[in-house]
Formats: sequence, structure tokens, C-alpha cells
Amino acid sequence: MLTNIDKKLLKEVADLHEIPQGAYNIRKNGEKHSRNTTANIDIVTKPDKPGIDIIIKPGTKNESVHIPVIMSESMEDMVYNTFEIGADSDVTIVAGCGIHNSSSKDAGHDGIHEFFVRRGAKVKYIEKHYGDGDGTGKRILNPTTVIEIEEDGIAELEMVQIKGVDNTKRDTLVKLQKNAKLIVSERLLTYQQQEATSIITVELLGEDSTAQIISRSVAQNDSKQVFHLNMRGHAECRGHIQCDSIIMHNAVVSSIPEITALDEGAQLVHEAAIGKIASEQLTKLMCMGLTELEAEETILQGFLA
Amino acid sequence: MLELKNISVSAKDDDSIEIINGVNLTLEEKKIYVITGPNGGGKTSLAKAIMGIYPVSAGKISLDGKDITDKTITERAKLGIGYAFQAPPRFKGLMVRDILSIACNASNKKADEKTLFSLLADVGLCAQDYIDRELCASFSGGELKRVEIATLLARDLRVALFDEPEAGIDLWSFQKLTDTFRALHEKANMTIVIISHQERILRLADEVILICGGRVSDITTPEKILGDVNFFDEPGCFCPNCFSRKKV
Repeated sequence: MLTNIDKKLLKEVADLHEIPQGAYNIRKNGEKHSRNTTANIDIVTKPDKPGIDIIIKPGTKNESVHIPVIMSESMEDMVYNTFEIGADSDVTIVAGCGIHNSSSKDAGHDGIHEFFVRRGAKVKYIEKHYGDGDGTGKRILNPTTVIEIEEDGIAELEMVQIKGVDNTKRDTLVKLQKNAKLIVSERLLTYQQQEATSIITVELLGEDSTAQIISRSVAQNDSKQVFHLNMRGHAECRGHIQCDSIIMHNAVVSSIPEITALDEGAQLVHEAAIGKIASEQLTKLMCMGLTELEAEETILQGFLA
Repeated sequence: MLELKNISVSAKDDDSIEIINGVNLTLEEKKIYVITGPNGGGKTSLAKAIMGIYPVSAGKISLDGKDITDKTITERAKLGIGYAFQAPPRFKGLMVRDILSIACNASNKKADEKTLFSLLADVGLCAQDYIDRELCASFSGGELKRVEIATLLARDLRVALFDEPEAGIDLWSFQKLTDTFRALHEKANMTIVIISHQERILRLADEVILICGGRVSDITTPEKILGDVNFFDEPGCFCPNCFSRKKV
């Protein structure tokens, strides 16, 4: 039984208005709520610890699996999920976690995700984090994601945290073999006293492997953000990190770039910028009839889209 | 009709320096005015004062007889004044579609595909290639400039201010641009003000306004300014009122 709060959380983190078609696993308040599997996508409960194995058969094309986690009780939840993306498959995984906390106790979810993207497979992984509720207890989300991409494999990660998460520490490690490709798009908004740390480490192990990370964030009020994006080229490879932050009010943003070439054929680029909204941007939009506040909202929405 | 009465604008960091000094102008609708003059003479500052980006330190600005001197940028935009920047800002995350839609909405126009495609065609950009492109570093200065011009074409304006619209635009697109200004002149009742140094833009003008040292030094015709073979051949300021130019 999904309550209205559950439905709202599902909508925010997985864009679900009802139980999805195809494969899914909904975890609610630390337990399995519902599950469906298909001929090509199996979901199995881990026997030894909380969490699931998502097994996608080789050659599976154009299928998706939803695995949202929703919490409406103040509790500490921890899961270990393993994703086996079969060779030559092409799938989308919609994850995400939503916490509704209306109590004075903290509510937290730690997810440890392990991906094996097999030879020639392509996976798009969408992870949205969201929090709401009028309680004074914190909403805490700490995902750890480890991804191995085999030869010719492609992983595209879309990691979004837009609202209501008080503390987060994201830790992502990706290893790429020959001709593998990684695309990461990270969007993060913090406000009030929220704190967010994102650590992404990419190991470009194989020849002709490529990685692109585009991270955009907005820090408002008294919030704090730390980005440590680290790319290491072990072979003839290409990597590009672009980390942009808009800082507002009394927020603090740290961006720590690190690129390491361990092979003369490694081409690695890191661009990082932190700054307030440019006054020319505000003026331009005001010249088209927007108020200053509307102009600011338009710029921020676009930046985080 | 836009009227400027004894307008002055002070330098941002020093009130004692006037970058616009006692400018009087009456700009009528359905006319093209080209503002020209030496670099640093006050052309852009005057346009920004009309738009409300720079506050005036003295004088009065009226639109259709109504005093708008104290109106904000937003209020002036809603009254139908538009300004295309000399160096338009880039926006990470905003697409061409977004910025043109905002411009259409400002005039309560439907921002459908047909309208947006037509606007891009008017500035010589292929809609298929540009409509969903982000207005960020990947745009050349000329491409950005053309989108900027399109944001004014999208609106039903009373006064359109174009600040060096030709800068950074290639020869082929330049021709398209002059055609667009002519068409705008014919179909709309707006006052068009173009800041420019280019002969082909000067030729579009009903009147050419020379600005130098923060003042209007002459109001003349394209024929007169372009017909005077000695006008641009001497060093220093070329306005008739400046000492650095001998010929007046």
C-alpha cells in the first residue's frame, strides 16, 4: 500500500506516478515493498545482507528497471545492490531515494552499488535524491557507487540532488577497460545548512577509454559543498572534467581538481569554476521583462537542468 | 516617441565624471537612427541609460509622453524597450529555444516551433542546428550575436536598441542582417536605434546621430556623413566639436 507521501516521493525520485511497467523493485522503510521481473531482467534478494542483485541478460535491448527507495520513517537504512549488465545489452536503470522525515530523529539511507558493465553493454543509470517533511531530524543520503566497465562498454550516469537532503557524501569509483566510455552528469543544489560532498574517481585503465564528467552545482544560504573529482589515465586515453558551481549568500564551495597521467598517451583536462551569477546574465533577462528574482530562478533552473 | 531631455550619466566609480553629458534627443517611431562616433564616446552608455541599465544622474526620459526616468529595467522592457547587447552573455544550461521563448513570452507571443524557427531564419541561423543548442562556450561570438538580435525580433517593441549588431558577424550574414533591419523598419511601428560604425548600417539610417565625449555632436544624414570624403581621414576625434579635428 502506497500512501500519498510515498507516491510523492516516487514521483520525485523516479518520475513514477504509479507502479511502473516492466522490471522494478520498490524498497520502502527498509523492506521490500513490491517487485516485478521480466524475461530479461531478474531481481533477486541477497541472501546474506540487505539489498538486491539486478541481473540483465546479455543482448537485452531498450528495457528499463526502476529500483527506487522511499522512506517515511526516521531510521537508518543500508543496502547493497549489485548490477550485472549483460554483454551487448542496452538498458536504463532508474534508481533514486526519497526521504520524508517529519520527526526530530535523523533518517538516513546508505546505498552501496556495484556495477559490472559487461563487454559491449550500454547502461544509463539515473539516480535522484530528494528529501521533504517538516521534522527537525536530518535527511541523510550517502551513496557509494563502484562501476567496472569492460571492453567497449558504456556507462552514463545522471546523478541529481535537487531538494531537501541535509547531508550527503557521494563516493563514486569507475574503472574503464579498453575502448570503454563513461559519461557523468552531476547536478546538486544545497541550501540552508545543508552539506554535500562528492568524490568521483575515474581510473582509465584501457587503451582508447574515454571519460567525461560534467558537474554543476548551486550552493545557497549557509550550505557547504566539496567536490573532489579525480581522473587517472593509465593508458592512451582521454578524460575531461568540467566542474562549475554557482555560489550565493554565505555558502562555501570547494572544488579540488586532480588529474594524473600514468601514460604518455593520456590526455586529461580539468576545468573548474566557482562564481556568483553574472550580473550581465541577470540584466539580459531583465531586459526581456523578467524581474530580478525571475531572472535568477531562470538562470539557476537552466544551470541545474 | 522617445524623448531624452538633458540626460546625464555619471561614471560608475566616480560621480564627478559624466560619461553622458546633457544629451537631448527626440526619436520618432518608424524611423531608423544610427548612433556612431569614436570609441569611448558614450554610445553604449546612452543606449544602456535608455534601457535603464545605467541610471541617469540628471535629465528626463519619456516614452510616448510618459516619464520613464525612474522605471526599472524590467518595467521599461514591459513598456516595449529592448536592448541587444554588444557582447551578449552566455548561459550554461539555457538553450536557444529557452531564451527565444522568454523573448516571445515578453510580448505574449506563442513560442511555437514555427515562430522560433522563423526568428532564427531571420538572423541567418539554421533552426535544426541551433534551436536546442546551449548558449555556452561552444557558440562563436557571431552566432551568439545573431541569437541576441533574434531576442529583439521576437518582441513587439516600441524602441529597439541594437548595440553594434554587425560585430563578429560574417559578410554573408551581414547582408541578411541589413535585410532584416529593413524588413523590421517596414513592418513595425517601432523606433529602431542601431549603434554602428559600418557604412552599410549607416546607409539604413533616416538620421545619423554623432556622439562624442558624451554629447550629441551632430545629427545628420547618411548621405552627408558618407559623402564627405574627408570626414574619416584625419586622426583623432572626428566630431565637428572636438579640437583634435581641424576640419569642421
